[in-house]
Amino acid sequence: MSDPRPTVFIVDDHGLFRSGVRSELGDLVDVVGEADDVQPAIIGIARSEPDVVLLDVHLPGGGGQDVVSVLTKSHPQVRFLALSASDAPEDVIAVIRSGARGYVTKTISGAELVDAIRRVAAGDAVFSPRLAGFVLDAFASAQPEQRVRPAFDSELDQLTPRERDVLRLIARGYTYKEIARELFISVKTVESHVSSVLRKLQLSTRHQLTRWAAERRLN
Amino acid sequence: MDEQPQSPEASPYPDGQPGLRAAWALHRPSAWPRDGGPLRRQQQGRFVGGVAAGISARTGIGVNIIRTAFVLSSLAGGFGVAVYVLAWLFVPAVREEGNIASRAQSDRRGIALAAAASSLLAVLLLIASLLNIGWLGSLSWPPVIALAGLVLIWRNASQEEQAVMRRLAEPIVGGPLGSPGSGSGRRSRFRLRLIIALLLLIVGLAILISQQINRMLLWPLTGVLAIIAAIVLLLGPWWLRIARDSLAERQARIRAEERAEMASRVHDSVLQTLALIQRRAHDPNQVVSLARAQERELRSWLFDGRAPGSLDGLATTLAGGVRLIQQEVEAQHGIVVEAISVGDCALDDDLAAVLAAAREATVNAAKWSGAGTVSLFAEVEPAAVSVFVRDRGRGFDPAAVPEDRKGLAESVRARMERRGGSVTVRSTPGAGTEVVLTMPRTASHREPSPAT
Repeated sequence: MSDPRPTVFIVDDHGLFRSGVRSELGDLVDVVGEADDVQPAIIGIARSEPDVVLLDVHLPGGGGQDVVSVLTKSHPQVRFLALSASDAPEDVIAVIRSGARGYVTKTISGAELVDAIRRVAAGDAVFSPRLAGFVLDAFASAQPEQRVRPAFDSELDQLTPRERDVLRLIARGYTYKEIARELFISVKTVESHVSSVLRKLQLSTRHQLTRWAAERRLN
Repeated sequence: MDEQPQSPEASPYPDGQPGLRAAWALHRPSAWPRDGGPLRRQQQGRFVGGVAAGISARTGIGVNIIRTAFVLSSLAGGFGVAVYVLAWLFVPAVREEGNIASRAQSDRRGIALAAAASSLLAVLLLIASLLNIGWLGSLSWPPVIALAGLVLIWRNASQEEQAVMRRLAEPIVGGPLGSPGSGSGRRSRFRLRLIIALLLLIVGLAILISQQINRMLLWPLTGVLAIIAAIVLLLGPWWLRIARDSLAERQARIRAEERAEMASRVHDSVLQTLALIQRRAHDPNQVVSLARAQERELRSWLFDGRAPGSLDGLATTLAGGVRLIQQEVEAQHGIVVEAISVGDCALDDDLAAVLAAAREATVNAAKWSGAGTVSLFAEVEPAAVSVFVRDRGRGFDPAAVPEDRKGLAESVRARMERRGGSVTVRSTPGAGTEVVLTMPRTASHREPSPAT
């Protein structure tokens, strides 16, 4: 993590997009490889062991979550940042739940992307406004049921009011710094709230999340 | 009661077909003088079959008096009903060829059905009289005739008369006769009412039968009913007028509200487009396309009833409306709108106002802030719906906005406050603007929440 230039691996099925990202990132990161599908990605990432993998949510040979779930077991030090144009919320949540540390949209600017890569490399979570919205939605929709049975691993199953406030501000387009100022807390505290939300999202065994995804698919 | 016409020359329908008159004369031997027009059932001003209206038109007696006579005579064993149904069956309607009876002659199934139904009723009445419920005995024929006649009318009447019957039968029979607009809630409520009514009816009949009640008690009951009918007849018009007056008052208030709403809509669409055209006057192509788009919008408002900027009919849920705002503003102003919605619910007038205000705020940000991205965040919570529109543009000093710049003041704030919502604007020169719209949720749109 002390390396000032994180190593990056790009997984996306569009060559044009890969080269675009490569040139946008420029010298600020060290791109060690790229792949256009699930299998080549798994092989390439296992060999090059990058700090961060930029991962498209949709790939021809399966979803981005296949890549994540295979590699997080064998290479726990590799971190994943999901990156896509616009996806169904359930797919994004699935990638995050399988182990990605964040999600940003492809409309993100080069500088912001570099910033996001650095943060993921440092072990932080990166929530774009859209991911914050998805997560709020997923947790909010299961709310009534939790009030009925709060004894069941409830700590993992619901967001604290503060975490909710932070997510809301992210969704409203605030940066971490602006959130810190708005809530009178430090940027570090904002980061820890976001990481805690990510942990809940990944560790919670609640079937509400799966049920939410299933319902979204029906709509 | 007397159905005979009393002043033949008063008839507005001097001529009828001889065949019809013959048919009528066949069934009513004491027919009126030949030179008078035949009795016709009226289509206009009718309540059921137009018989009373027809008699009224023929005789000059007030239609309500005739109706009352029918109702009162019906109270005595259903005699009036039977006479009415027979008249309905045999008197042709105005501008209609042949009466229903002549058409019913060829309807074999209808005749069979009528015979079956009336014989069933006759048997039931017979059993009742055998069980010594004396008051049914002698007067049992009118309901039998009425039932048979109604079956034949139902099967053979013209379509519009069937529609009238359906409308009349609806409160009694409800769903099965099929009114397309009836929701399941209304229907189940109706079923409940029907069950309660039936229970009461059975209990009442059981009491009457079990107590071997004497006929004397039925007369006061008839009297009470007659008094109620008289009160309704006397005071009914007055009640109607009161109801109409309060309706007129409410309509006037609605009209005033609509005028205010229309003013803000015109501001949103026409004035906005004119402002855009002025700003882009150097580019004739853009001016033309803006003018075309505005023309389309105005036309669809004027001729299809779809208000500009209201998103009516395009989006049915809040999240759908947010997406539409995103598309529209991105297309018209060439900026990125980062639209996010959490939760969702069906749109009603309040939420449509929220969306219209959100659109206005987003357009404002796109036009004036100078920022390349506008964040649009909508959240549906159990108690309220909130929308946040944020940009990182040049911002402004909210206290320094001149009075004549109506954009935010009228379109956003007034529109929200008119419906019980609130608006907060936070802006710092150089750091951007955030508009927060909040609308409390009422019970009416709390139920449909597909997100949960």
